[in-house]
Amino acid sequence: MKIKFGIVVFPGSNCDHDAQYVTGSILGQEARLIWHKEGSLGDIDVVILPGGFSYGDYLRCGAIARFSPIMKDVVRFAQEGGPVLGICNGFQILTEAGLLPGVLLQNRSLKFVCEYVHVRVENANTRFTGACTKGEVLEIPIAHGEGNYFADEDTLQRLQDQEQILLRYCDAEGNVTDRSNPNGSLLNIAGIINEQGNVAGMMPHPERASDPVLRHIDGKKIFDSLVESFVPALL
Amino acid sequence: MNLTTSLSEPIVNLNLALEHGLSAEEYDRILQILGRVPTYTELGIYSVMWSEHCSYKNSIAMLKTLPRSGAKLLVGAGAENAGLVDIGDGLAVAFKIESHNHPSAVEPYQGAATGVGGILRDIFTMGARPIAALNSLRFGKLDNDRVRYLFKNVVKGIGDYGNSFGVPTVAGEVYFETCYTANPLVNAMAVGIVEHGNVAKAVAKGEGNLVMIVGSSTGRDGIHGATFASEEISEESEAKRPSVQVGDPFTEKLLLEATLEAIKAGLIVGIQDMGAAGLTCSTTEMSAKGKSGMTIDLDRVPLRESEMSAYEIMLSESQERMLLVVKPEHEVEILKIFGKWDLHAVTIGRVEKGNRVRVYHHGKLKADVPAPSLVLGEGAPVYIRDTREPEYLKSTRRFDPETLPEPEDLKKILFKLLGSPNIASKRWVTRQYDSMVRTNTVDFSGDAAVIRIKGSRKALAIKTDCNARFVYLNPRKGGQIAVAEAARNVVCTGAKPIAITNCLNFGNPYDPEVYWQFKEAVIGIGEACRILDTPVTGGNVSFYNESPEAAVYPTPVIGMLGLLEDIDQALSYAFQDSGDDVLLIGRTGGHVGGSEYLHVEHGMVAGDAPDLDLTYERSVQELLLELNKRGLLRSAHDCSEGGLAITLVESCLGPRISRGVNIEAQSDSLRPDFWLFGEDQSRIIISCAPTQTREILRIGREREIDIQTLGTVQEGSRLVIKGLLDVDLEEARRAYELAIPRLMGEIDEVSLT
Repeated sequence: MKIKFGIVVFPGSNCDHDAQYVTGSILGQEARLIWHKEGSLGDIDVVILPGGFSYGDYLRCGAIARFSPIMKDVVRFAQEGGPVLGICNGFQILTEAGLLPGVLLQNRSLKFVCEYVHVRVENANTRFTGACTKGEVLEIPIAHGEGNYFADEDTLQRLQDQEQILLRYCDAEGNVTDRSNPNGSLLNIAGIINEQGNVAGMMPHPERASDPVLRHIDGKKIFDSLVESFVPALL
Repeated sequence: MNLTTSLSEPIVNLNLALEHGLSAEEYDRILQILGRVPTYTELGIYSVMWSEHCSYKNSIAMLKTLPRSGAKLLVGAGAENAGLVDIGDGLAVAFKIESHNHPSAVEPYQGAATGVGGILRDIFTMGARPIAALNSLRFGKLDNDRVRYLFKNVVKGIGDYGNSFGVPTVAGEVYFETCYTANPLVNAMAVGIVEHGNVAKAVAKGEGNLVMIVGSSTGRDGIHGATFASEEISEESEAKRPSVQVGDPFTEKLLLEATLEAIKAGLIVGIQDMGAAGLTCSTTEMSAKGKSGMTIDLDRVPLRESEMSAYEIMLSESQERMLLVVKPEHEVEILKIFGKWDLHAVTIGRVEKGNRVRVYHHGKLKADVPAPSLVLGEGAPVYIRDTREPEYLKSTRRFDPETLPEPEDLKKILFKLLGSPNIASKRWVTRQYDSMVRTNTVDFSGDAAVIRIKGSRKALAIKTDCNARFVYLNPRKGGQIAVAEAARNVVCTGAKPIAITNCLNFGNPYDPEVYWQFKEAVIGIGEACRILDTPVTGGNVSFYNESPEAAVYPTPVIGMLGLLEDIDQALSYAFQDSGDDVLLIGRTGGHVGGSEYLHVEHGMVAGDAPDLDLTYERSVQELLLELNKRGLLRSAHDCSEGGLAITLVESCLGPRISRGVNIEAQSDSLRPDFWLFGEDQSRIIISCAPTQTREILRIGREREIDIQTLGTVQEGSRLVIKGLLDVDLEEARRAYELAIPRLMGEIDEVSLT
């Protein structure tokens, strides 16, 4: 049975087709685009909020998208325990919508950065990272101007205590250093998960490193994890 | 209805025409065409349509000498918004390059951004989805504050627009030379894919069909942009800042989706982007092409400012707008599609019999002009200007390389070259561009970008290229070299070059020396395109690239399109495995005229451009493609700026991991500096498994192409050239990677990997 991925398209989303290609053509699952003006997600197993510049990033990244009609149903879906993955702009929307803690500030270089980076898997015991091992280093590209993760001290402490940090920027050997931090994120945070373990956000683009033709496939593990997470439930 | 001039409008006479950039002769011609004095709005219309930028009046005669046909070309050069090339499987590639030099000189961020926006619209207007963006940039030297400001903001403008729109910016070139200090060059190229059945045309036909304006509302930005682009940069240029348009990539992205949806649904008779000269250009060109007339009512145009006059609305260059011609029965569906994307779509007129474009405003007829009289290829003026061989060539040709002092320290020179911004890593630039969105980018760090086409085995290899110093020293040969090198770059990825687009950046065409450069360069480009079998699909001419100090180097940028039948055969420029043999295809003559070495070490731009035998060039390229097809190669890298030594360093460094190399070969006849840093053409450095070397040499002999064994790829990170150089590659990487960040005063933020 195929897992049904629903990819929400906001005006200005531009990684929607990429997420659809990976989940549909590469993973062979069902992948649908869902227009943001829809009132309901329909029959969906996983929601992806893709990367891009929803509403042109005007006002603040993700700030307008959270008011899109579909977001009400995304919140409902998340509250009922459905898996939601926000990538890049999708991560920003999830923080704006209050589904994930913290905010994403402008990169400390004040510039947009697009390049392959290394991230270390901090928690492999989630629906989004189950196909990885703890401490594993993945090579996945980033492409953002505002990916500098910030949260207050209490939140950061909680994220650590509850193992909610999914991915941290590191060097090729897995050392988490300031030099390997491409945007100034606190604790080198590249991706987090909510307390319930069903909503995750990450700045790196796993969909860009999931196709052997592009010579990078580490990102596919994120999608594989999601697909595998359904198997026990089906048995 | 009679034509009306309101009291608030200026009185039209010869003086006003001259102020609009028209000549006395051209004004006379307008009087003849109309049989009366034009209205103020009409004068505005003629002045922009007959500006250099829209009419190509001083270039079109020469452009027609270029080879513009080929089996794979689906539309002729200049016939549509962009060139269209068949790549098989029912797919076609739309591609084009265009300049945005003058706007970028006064307002670098918006100038560059809207340059990208304009070229993207040219592509999706044809029904093609943009899959890659490229650029070609020229600035003064980075020790100048103003130049750093221009460089920084142009790069940011290009990045912000393309990134938000969602097209990967995958390749380009950036050079720094004093002649571009006040007049930078910003050329943007876009490439798109379209199924044959979904190609849209820029035509207005079918009496009674509706004319619709879609996209953004119209404001006062960009009025007279086309005219501004047709004069030299001067101290007054700063005052033209309001002539620069403001870009909105978010709206453009919506416009893309809505436009493609409408084209795919078969709802469009004709469509044209509103770029230079906005509504004027789109209404008159579409009418002339469809052999139709058109009536439009400006009261219906959505405006973003109040009290705009007919003149202003017709001349506005507000971005992210399109003009559509649709059948009346499709109006509702069009409104629905554009409404879904929250965009304006408003019917503003209808297609008429005859050939006149009639413009109404507040119920009054403000312009009534025969469309053909305005457009390129019909009524627009055509001039062939006087030429004179430039004086400076007498002194540059006197250069005798043997008089150069022979350097003691070759390593020092190598590092100087690596640290020269013309050669150094452009990562400071490229990491600000999203190079990967749409997940088709196989390689963007090599000689040309490789972009796969989903649903097929195919890939495109694309590159922009021009060594303007060579064109300056010898415009004809320089023009040939620009084409040859762009083709060679594409070949080095394993792709076959199939067609070009060009952006010809020159000074004032009324200067006979500039026109001589232009004419010679176009002849050279034509010669190379014929022999390399890469027809010209269209492009753009940008004259008046001058400041009070001087004209820029003649810079005819070539945008080359190549096709790779099998993505698995894509070649890298980087050395792969230690033990591989390193070979050099082509002849080395130690030519240093116009080289980066001569400039950096000896402070001169002199001599002649290197020799180029186009037939030999073609054979070299065919040889490389054959070797790759047979699976004999591990890497291939074009030997260009900085010569043999720099090309070797680049192949050693690769995009990430260094490989060492040990070069045993030596030259008996050449001075070491000339051998290492000379920039002879038609050369490619390849590497291969040692078991394949004999076969490669044999094929070379068979085809009478020189191939020389240079040495072998090594473990470790040293580049050793026997008796001449021994270099630590990590040190080389630092010099190469940090040069531009250092000049920009931002050394801290770059992490070396």
